[in-house]
Amino acid sequence: MENEHPEVSAALEPASAEMLLVERAKRGEVAAFGELIGKYERRVYRMARQITQNDEDAEDVLQEACLKAFEHLDSFQGQSKFYTWLTRIAVNESLMKLRKRKSDRTVSLDENIETEEEPIVREIAVWDDNPELRYSQEEIRQILDKAIDSLKPIFRTVFILRDVEELSTEETAEVLGLSIAAVKSRLLRARLQLREKLTRVFKRKGEQILGYAK
Amino acid sequence: MVTCKDFLRELNDFLDETTDPVLRAELEKHINECPNCWVICDTTRKTIQVYKGMEAQALPDPIHQRLMNALAKKAGPGKGGSGCCGGDAH
Repeated sequence: MENEHPEVSAALEPASAEMLLVERAKRGEVAAFGELIGKYERRVYRMARQITQNDEDAEDVLQEACLKAFEHLDSFQGQSKFYTWLTRIAVNESLMKLRKRKSDRTVSLDENIETEEEPIVREIAVWDDNPELRYSQEEIRQILDKAIDSLKPIFRTVFILRDVEELSTEETAEVLGLSIAAVKSRLLRARLQLREKLTRVFKRKGEQILGYAK
Repeated sequence: MVTCKDFLRELNDFLDETTDPVLRAELEKHINECPNCWVICDTTRKTIQVYKGMEAQALPDPIHQRLMNALAKKAGPGKGGSGCCGGDAH
């Protein structure tokens, strides 16, 4: 009997196989829940690390999010993907960590942003064709982490969900409790800010930075 | 006529390919004529690609183990216990 479930799971489409795991976990099979979590734990940890910028907080978030998901699994109706649901819990936990740690206003996702404000572009230069030849994988990872860490939480969180975790605009809005317009506006600013930072590192050697004519 | 400001405002939708065909054609015409906007578009696209291509590193074993222990404890005895919570990440 024990081998029956994995065979069934393997034969199904990924989404159906995942729902089967969810149903088994709902019936109290911890192994099924462990399998679900095993699929996503590294992504949840990375996301929590990127939002909180702290290893210990990221581990706490991972653990608390998974335990909450297990505890409230009955409320997961399968209308969104399991990963989106888990991500929503983990993002909330991450933001709570930030709010507890700092009292400054920069951690609020509700911060009002002028949606019509023009994004700033300063650095305009062509990138090296293959920056990976100039830097090791680990160096590139550090460059990317440093750039993303320098963004304000309101931009960082939207970018992580949309462009790193590849949630849709609608899913990101749902997870963060923001309007679609706010997600789009913040994503544009995040992308452009990261582009600026990475251009300083990845621009082609000797490349003249162009001026930007309005 | 699309200006650089217009282009920047539409950049997200342009990169995500969610602009309507008429506007998209106008934006493409603009970047073909404006080297600055072409570079901004190209480097923003590469920025997104480089982050998308970044694989999440494997969870350090002690963190994975502590997570599995916490789950087993939460589940209580007789519901699978420790050592049952595998996963394909390890």
